Amino acid sequence: MTALHFEPGELPPEAEELRCEVRDFLAETMADIPPALKARNWTAWHPEFSHKLGERGWIGMTWPKKYGGSERSFLERYVLLEELLAAGAPVGFHWIADRQSGPLILRFGTEEQRETILPGITRGETAFGIGMSEPNSGSDLASVRTKAEKIDGGYRVNGSKIWTSGAHMANYLVALFRTSGTAEDRHDGLTQFIVDLKNTDGIDIRPIHNMTGDHDFNQVFFEDAFVPETMRVGNEGDGWMQVTTELAFERSGPERYLSSFPLVKNSIGHAGQDPSERQAIGLGRMLARAATYREMSLSVSGMLEAGKNPDLEAAVMKELGVGFEQNIPGIAHDLFGMSPRLEDGSDFETTLAYITQANVSFSLRGGTREIVRGIIARGLGMR
Amino acid sequence: MSELREILGETVTRLFADHCTKERLEQADAGKWPEELWATIVENGLTQALLPEEKGGVGAGWQAAYVILHAAGRYAAPVPLAETLLAGWLLNGAGLDIPDGVLSVVPQQESVILSSSGELQGVVSNVPWADRADYLVGLARKDVGLAVYCAPRSAYEATPNHNIAREPRDLVRFTGIADTELASSEVTSNTMMLYGAMARSGQMAGALERIIEDTLQYTADRTQFGRPIAKFQVIQQNMAMAAAEVAAAVMAAQNAFRAADYGVPDFEAACAKVLAGDAAGVATDICHETHGAIGFTYEHHLHFFTRRLWSWRSEFGAEAEWAEKIGRRAAARGPDALWSDITARQTAST
Repeated sequence: MTALHFEPGELPPEAEELRCEVRDFLAETMADIPPALKARNWTAWHPEFSHKLGERGWIGMTWPKKYGGSERSFLERYVLLEELLAAGAPVGFHWIADRQSGPLILRFGTEEQRETILPGITRGETAFGIGMSEPNSGSDLASVRTKAEKIDGGYRVNGSKIWTSGAHMANYLVALFRTSGTAEDRHDGLTQFIVDLKNTDGIDIRPIHNMTGDHDFNQVFFEDAFVPETMRVGNEGDGWMQVTTELAFERSGPERYLSSFPLVKNSIGHAGQDPSERQAIGLGRMLARAATYREMSLSVSGMLEAGKNPDLEAAVMKELGVGFEQNIPGIAHDLFGMSPRLEDGSDFETTLAYITQANVSFSLRGGTREIVRGIIARGLGMR
Repeated sequence: MSELREILGETVTRLFADHCTKERLEQADAGKWPEELWATIVENGLTQALLPEEKGGVGAGWQAAYVILHAAGRYAAPVPLAETLLAGWLLNGAGLDIPDGVLSVVPQQESVILSSSGELQGVVSNVPWADRADYLVGLARKDVGLAVYCAPRSAYEATPNHNIAREPRDLVRFTGIADTELASSEVTSNTMMLYGAMARSGQMAGALERIIEDTLQYTADRTQFGRPIAKFQVIQQNMAMAAAEVAAAVMAAQNAFRAADYGVPDFEAACAKVLAGDAAGVATDICHETHGAIGFTYEHHLHFFTRRLWSWRSEFGAEAEWAEKIGRRAAARGPDALWSDITARQTAST
């Protein structure tokens, strides 16, 4: 297909050296991490774990040194991420800041924002949430209504954001507000802001428990909340363009196929050394996909490293990766037919119990399947 | 992709586009050997891409072979190019002479025996292009180990048969003396199936991309309810799914040929055949559905590719067969080796 270009990526020797370092680090630090936390993978918040990664220079590792980064390559970062995710490391605390909020500030933020905020991220001390969706704006993001009204020295914000993972723990929220016009103006009049969740009056964060019983989501209410002008990211009205860029970061990483990897690994263990023919076939199909998606993910990273813009490939990767990770609990069910017990179960059961329930959310974050397929169709020239 | 492979890609694309016209494909379906196409392929050295210079080849390697096989699949080239490439490669590895002419390979080896007097015995079905080939190459069981053989047309009888793409898949009865050599230690009972599966995954990658491209064009041209059907969301969603599935199969195939340049692609070629077979199921289904009745006619060209995909996905091992091998190996290695095995890519330095 002329529109799609995935080519085998090559990893430089320094990336493979880093892999060894990361594996040594994980051998030390993962011993105490319980299976339930591993199953939660990049949505599990563990500030001490993030802090340890920060000490190694493994958060914001591609960023300039003057902001606390390590100026390493995208391919080295890729290796770090895939190693962390495959091990089920609890990297949720810094994940959003490292993946999208930091890069956003680096690209569109002011010098002051970079200097004050980025170093804390790289130390694993500063966590971010994403303030995009609203109660009536999910997939139709351009219809956001929460208003930031210009006043002396800043903006007065009224409205609410929903599905903000970790807002009750995060330091900052990168939020998309309407600075002019109405929801009917769609992409025009939207602006991004950094909201200090810990030190702003007029903000109320209320939990939304998900069906697994976890408190991850929140609804964040703004009532005459003041956001200083210095916390605006980019120009007024550039919000849509910036959000689109940010979503491309959100869609392209290896977390798009590795969320269920702890269950893949546990399934191999559960099958034992001499599986039945049916189990061997099921596991083999799973691994053929895992290995191929790994190559595709690496290929996307190679394109980023080369300064290309793999938006379409990232969307394809999300479509495939999410489909894969969502299939894993069904395959495990098909092969082993086990109803997992919530208490005193094996590692396999604990992991299966969580991922069976959580996996319906995997295709929602970062844009639903239908939205992503729409992006692919556009890339194929259909719209 | 290297510059050399890019140039090669342009050359072979032009060659197949010129020769594999609908008319020629129809003639091949009816049993006519495309002499001009084959002569052009031979003239351009494509049959010898994998052979070293001292054997008259260019030593271009497996990744260049991918470019050739991908293009051959993309144009449904009705010739045993994959088979001739594989046969030459196997003979070269065994130190045997590589004869001129049309070569093909015998996928199965269980029933082929090399007697102590040097005579090949056995009956094998579904042998590609056996009747047309000048030589059949394969592996035979010997009292000790495996032998590579090159059997001239006089050493076997062939009863013509065809797969659903109407490509020759004949019944072979070996009856005579072949040129043979004891297989080297690198050749195992899995070798022919593995490299055959990889070759098919390369052809399938090309055919899969072709049906996506052609179907996309069809959705732009075909108007229903007052607009091109490409504008309907349900068509967009289906095509996005099919294109993603095909992109994965193409990646897996490329990765297998890449690995083959550095070592034995045990895992990678198995993955490639699984992904190609799965993609063939999804993409042929969606592409035919999108074309509607016209795609089911003999007059439309879609079937030249879809019938090949349905044939190729079961040749040299179907998805389940390769998946089982992958699953068994992973289970035997255990969960702790899983991730390090997936990330242990073959590279020039290993």
